[in-house]
Amino acid sequence: MSVRHAMLALLSEGPKYGLQLREEFEARTGEIWPLNVGQVYTTLQRLERDGLAESDGSGEAGPQKGFRITAEGEQELARWLRTPPDLSSPPRDELVMKVLVAVHVPSADVHEVIQAHRRYVVELMQQWTRIKEDDTGGDLSLLLAVDAELFRLDSVIRWLDAAEARVRRVAADGAMTRADRASPQNPMPRHRREARQRG
Amino acid sequence: MSMLELREVSKSYGQGSAEVHALREVSLSAQEGSMVAVMGPSGSGKSTLLTIAGTLEEPTSGEVLLAGQPVGTLSRNAKARLRRRVIGYVFQDFNLLSGLTAAENVSLPLELDGLSGRKARVAALTVLDRLGLSERASHYPDQMSGGERQRVAIARAMVGERKLLLADEPSGALDSVNGEAVMRLVHDACKNAGMTAVVVTHDAQLASWADRVVFLRDGRVTDQTVPAPGPESLLTTERNQ
Repeated sequence: MSVRHAMLALLSEGPKYGLQLREEFEARTGEIWPLNVGQVYTTLQRLERDGLAESDGSGEAGPQKGFRITAEGEQELARWLRTPPDLSSPPRDELVMKVLVAVHVPSADVHEVIQAHRRYVVELMQQWTRIKEDDTGGDLSLLLAVDAELFRLDSVIRWLDAAEARVRRVAADGAMTRADRASPQNPMPRHRREARQRG
Repeated sequence: MSMLELREVSKSYGQGSAEVHALREVSLSAQEGSMVAVMGPSGSGKSTLLTIAGTLEEPTSGEVLLAGQPVGTLSRNAKARLRRRVIGYVFQDFNLLSGLTAAENVSLPLELDGLSGRKARVAALTVLDRLGLSERASHYPDQMSGGERQRVAIARAMVGERKLLLADEPSGALDSVNGEAVMRLVHDACKNAGMTAVVVTHDAQLASWADRVVFLRDGRVTDQTVPAPGPESLLTTERNQ
């Protein structure tokens, strides 16, 4: 989450004080992303230094100091909103790693490993859904943030389901070791080889 | 109190080498006023579990109890009465009668049970109103959206003095917004109308509305969630200042 651009978004509504910016940031992000007070004032100082915001006086940024967005700040905000984040590299996902490792550990039952993660993720989803039960539309930001988290966790469950089905299918075919191990008879797939050479 | 209890229920079809075990010693209970979701892949036995819980099929072995009473010893007529009065069913494809309006679809089970047409209609309109569908009461199914049709189906499953709602992929044919609306209704039916619900689904987002999620695989219960703590821990109300 870019605190810098979130501050610009809040200032685009009109001039605000430091303390007000912090409170509104928390409210807008559904109180899901923590932010400490130091981050707010450091960010505001940098926005001012870069000409994206201006304050109503000199001295240190603080709770009572007012800020407003500049024309450059408006342009920067518009550019940021329309720029997709970099999603091209898969994140280093610990859960994915554990399942990939479990497939090869002789003493591990990969289905038990998958189920342990599945149960944990569903329990987490139940907790998020409780928030929706309590809030039927009053806090749009919170509901959007909760939906985002639920869809993210749902994708984890779908991957676990697909992974389990694939492991079963491969095991049923008796092809697990053949397909998954690189050897002269079964060389590394071309796209992996090329990527390694490039890297 | 357990509204529904399955004790070591097994179900198999066919014989000898063609025998298929749909359920293997499944034990499950749903407390009054609670919602239980059963999750599992296709072919895991979810739908069989629901039809046996709803007395639509007999288990090969094991016992089903409704409100503490074993249903295996009941006569066919007594079971049929149970299905008309106590159990409500919701299916993925709504199963509304196309020639009847929403109100007529909802009042039909009560009329079949001998209630006068007028009283059945009043009961139907009451539940349709509770589900925000009073303006759709005189519409036919093909005049309603998928989400509205499923809400009518839920009204039909709740009308009267029903205690147990059994739903098979109730939002499988709906988009996520309508799916959530359906699950919210089922949840409210449990929390506010004292119903007990068992919902089978493969969708984790829908299952997460339940108080407890039971995982079914190859006809066996393999796992279940433990009651989740409140959502407070997910929110950053306490921060480092």
